[in-house]
Amino acid sequence: MSVAQYLLLSSVLFCIGIYGVLSRKNGVMVLMSIELILNAVNINLVAFSALTDNIAGEVFALFVIAIAAAEVGVGLAIVLLIFRNKQSVDLSEIDQMKG
Amino acid sequence: MIAQNVFFSILALLMIVSALKVVTTKNIVHAALWLVLVLAGVAGQFLLLGAEFIGVTQILVYIGAVIVLLLFGVMLTKASIGDEENINMPNRVIPAVIATLMFAVMSYSIIDSFRGEKLPTETVTNAAIVSDSIFADFIIPFEAVSVLLLAALIGAVVIARKETA
Amino acid sequence: MMMTNLLALVESLPSKTVQASGWFLETAWLIPALPALSFFIILFFGKRMKYKGAEIGITALAIAFILAICCAGQWISQVNNAGHGHDQEQHQDDDHGEEHQDSHEALNSENIEIASSENITIYAAEEKEGHESVAIDAVIQRFTWWESGGRTFQVGIMVDGLTVMMLFVVTAISLLVHIYSTDYVSGDRRYTHYFAFLSLFSASMLFFVLSENILQTIVGWELVGVCSFALIGHWWEEKPNSDAALKAFLTNRVGDMGLLVGMIILFWSAGSWSIVDINVAAINNEIGQSTLLIASLCLTAAVMSKSGQFILHTWLPDAMAGPTPVSALIHAATMVVAGIYMVARLYGVFFEGYDIAGSSFNVLALVGSVTLVGAGLLAFVQDDIKKVLAYSTVSQLGYMVMALGVGAWTAAVFHLFTHAFFKAGLFLGAGSVSHSVHSFDMKKSMGGMRKFMPTTYKTFLICTIALMGIPPLAGFWSKDEILVGTGGWGLFGGTGGNGTYVFALVMGIIGAALTCAYMTRVIYLTFFGEFRGDMHGHGDPQESGKRITVPLIILSVMAVAAGFLNLPVGFLTGNTTGWQERFGHYVEPVAPYFPGISHGTPSWSLAIFSTFVALSGVALAAHYFFVKVKAQSPAATELTNGLTSKNKLAKAGHTVLKQKYYLDHLYTDIIANGTKGPVADAAYWSNQKGIDELVNQVGKQATRSATFVYEKIDQNLVDGVVNLSGKASEGLGETTRTIIQRGKVHQYAAIMFAATTILAGLFIVFV
Repeated sequence: MSVAQYLLLSSVLFCIGIYGVLSRKNGVMVLMSIELILNAVNINLVAFSALTDNIAGEVFALFVIAIAAAEVGVGLAIVLLIFRNKQSVDLSEIDQMKG
Repeated sequence: MIAQNVFFSILALLMIVSALKVVTTKNIVHAALWLVLVLAGVAGQFLLLGAEFIGVTQILVYIGAVIVLLLFGVMLTKASIGDEENINMPNRVIPAVIATLMFAVMSYSIIDSFRGEKLPTETVTNAAIVSDSIFADFIIPFEAVSVLLLAALIGAVVIARKETA
Repeated sequence: MMMTNLLALVESLPSKTVQASGWFLETAWLIPALPALSFFIILFFGKRMKYKGAEIGITALAIAFILAICCAGQWISQVNNAGHGHDQEQHQDDDHGEEHQDSHEALNSENIEIASSENITIYAAEEKEGHESVAIDAVIQRFTWWESGGRTFQVGIMVDGLTVMMLFVVTAISLLVHIYSTDYVSGDRRYTHYFAFLSLFSASMLFFVLSENILQTIVGWELVGVCSFALIGHWWEEKPNSDAALKAFLTNRVGDMGLLVGMIILFWSAGSWSIVDINVAAINNEIGQSTLLIASLCLTAAVMSKSGQFILHTWLPDAMAGPTPVSALIHAATMVVAGIYMVARLYGVFFEGYDIAGSSFNVLALVGSVTLVGAGLLAFVQDDIKKVLAYSTVSQLGYMVMALGVGAWTAAVFHLFTHAFFKAGLFLGAGSVSHSVHSFDMKKSMGGMRKFMPTTYKTFLICTIALMGIPPLAGFWSKDEILVGTGGWGLFGGTGGNGTYVFALVMGIIGAALTCAYMTRVIYLTFFGEFRGDMHGHGDPQESGKRITVPLIILSVMAVAAGFLNLPVGFLTGNTTGWQERFGHYVEPVAPYFPGISHGTPSWSLAIFSTFVALSGVALAAHYFFVKVKAQSPAATELTNGLTSKNKLAKAGHTVLKQKYYLDHLYTDIIANGTKGPVADAAYWSNQKGIDELVNQVGKQATRSATFVYEKIDQNLVDGVVNLSGKASEGLGETTRTIIQRGKVHQYAAIMFAATTILAGLFIVFV
């Protein structure tokens, strides 16, 4: 097994995740796409950890998982708040930050 | 060796198809479920790479908690049953272009750098090794992450609670 | 032939040069300084003095006169010493033969060789002729007062025979005029002022005479012009007097242009201001002949105006508006001869420029000849006694200029000398007569003055005879020498003249006849016949006081005696070489700065003929007046049925003379008014339409182009660019805001991812 295939897999998932972030209007869908990205990164980390026999990669991946979980929690809280205020989670309607 | 490759290929195929489904389906709930498949596939990859603890943790945390959380979010935002009309951005060409471009860049660099690098076989990292590393080298990040989890918890609660008069 | 050439050569080449020196000659600058000092003293203190300033003037002039006599004496002794020294060397040489010829160091080695081959013969020939060819350099004192650009400007004095002669004349006549004036202008409204200006004039004239370089000559020339202006206009309250003064000054100005141009040409071609240097350069052919000709012509214009030559003489008769002593001093004896003096000083220039030697015509002789006859004719029709004398002065100045033109230098200068005395005597005599009848009009106010003013009559008569040129008075000798100098013709031909100026000779003889005729007219109208004037109840006219008559007597004595100073060679037989040509001997320079002119040999036939012509002129006029007019009536002034009333041509000629050849009409009406009218109008028109229009157009164009620049370029272009840049950034910002910062999260994300991709790509490619 070459490491390249894992890395390629990781990059495919990553790009799909980017596509999802950019093309999904629903806030929850965006969060799901972000999860895809994070998982792609995790694969990458673990693959390298296996390649270099350095456990730090796995530890990093562990932390990523933890952070991702926290991030989903907070993100969903925000989406809920938005839904409560605007009665929709359409992200393209949220443009109060426009210049 | 060959078995690993086969399993890898199957898992990879599964994952890619599922991921594509996640970002293209019109049904939010279906997207979440396809995401479950992707996450499971990731766990499988971890196991293939010999990272037992990470693989199991992946299943526990992601599939067990994150997906549930996402489904709760779907429910609380009143996702419609069946196809959601307002789920895709009108312009999807640019994201496709960007994604393709990104993939091209990354794949080029990966193939250029890591062509023919072989993974060492039979390396299994069990929980003991991971915990040794965490509690010896990475104790401070560990504590920081726990604080962060606490903060995220409190923050989420604060943000999402109903305003009481 | 060889001998004559050698003679001529040796005559002209000085075999030795002696530098004259002497205390009086070197401090001759005192002579103008004293009258200048007296001018200032009279101006500031004159009014308070006992005699109102006259005593200062007379004292200054008297001292100057004494100094001038001492200068003359010293110069004469210098010339004599130089001559005797040479004589002694000559005698030694004759005694010791040819071994000592080396002791004769000469300027020119050529001279020695000639001398050595024909030694004894030549010197003996010289002794016969009485020419001692010893050069005597003038006394020159110089003082540098300015130096710039490699040129030095000096002021100094140059004293030689000519200078000394002029000093004597000017101081003598000025002194006599001062004494005369104390009686003539007594009680005048500006008595002190008058004497101040008399002193200033004397100082200016003496300064002019002593000039060492042409800059000083110009300064002196202008100064005497200014003094003439001031003195002619002494009674300027009456407009004719101030008009006359202006006329004098402005006419002189016309000629002064020629003076300045001529002097500048001389300076640039000779490279020096010094008169000696210029003459030497001209004589030695260092300056081209055409340059000298042009310079001579310009200077001749100056002479024409200052010395009253035809056609610029018109100011001189009008200048008689001034007081009579002024006319005597300035317009008879001294200032008008400034032109003659200047030509005599720069004679090297004129001699070479006009090529006087060996020709029969030149401009100077022509001008002089025309003047002397033209002015002589005009003197016939004047009623004012001073005007007759003025025209007579013009005519005599014509003689002098003509003499210079034919190369008779000594004759011209000698005539200047004698003329000064008898003309001054005539003017002062006229002043004496008018002082008693209070008028100058001969026809209206005079007549039979012989009875009332005998002294004046006698002196006037003596001076008149001198003027007429009747021997043995002064005028005869000087006028005859001029006629001889023309080179003669036929029966009257001499040898050795510079050329053969037949025209000049003819005019000179005609002029002599005219002079006699009009002076006879004056004598009759003034002193004979019956008294026609009106004395306003003051009784008969009285003889003037001592202060008037004594100068008259002195001048008439000079008129008699002065002629004997320059007796021509061969006149007196016997061992009287000491008496011959004394004047010429002392005055004519023998020096490197004087050209080698030839002297005409006097001829008895010419002398007798000119006397005959003079006497016949007297006889004709006397017959007209003393016989015919007197027969008509004792108080008549002219024949009532004379020639002019019978003959139309004579009447026309008379009118032309009365109108002074219409020259005044030409100057005033045609030239001056023409310039004031049409020429000035044309100039004004061209200025307004041409130049002003041009300037206005330039201004308009400038305004238009400025407006264009402002509107199109500044407002539109420059401001547009600036505004455009502002708008561009505003637009860019707007675009950025509207495009990039719309608040669309997806957009932000897309941009971030795209940028990251590009960066990653760049990293891969370049790093």
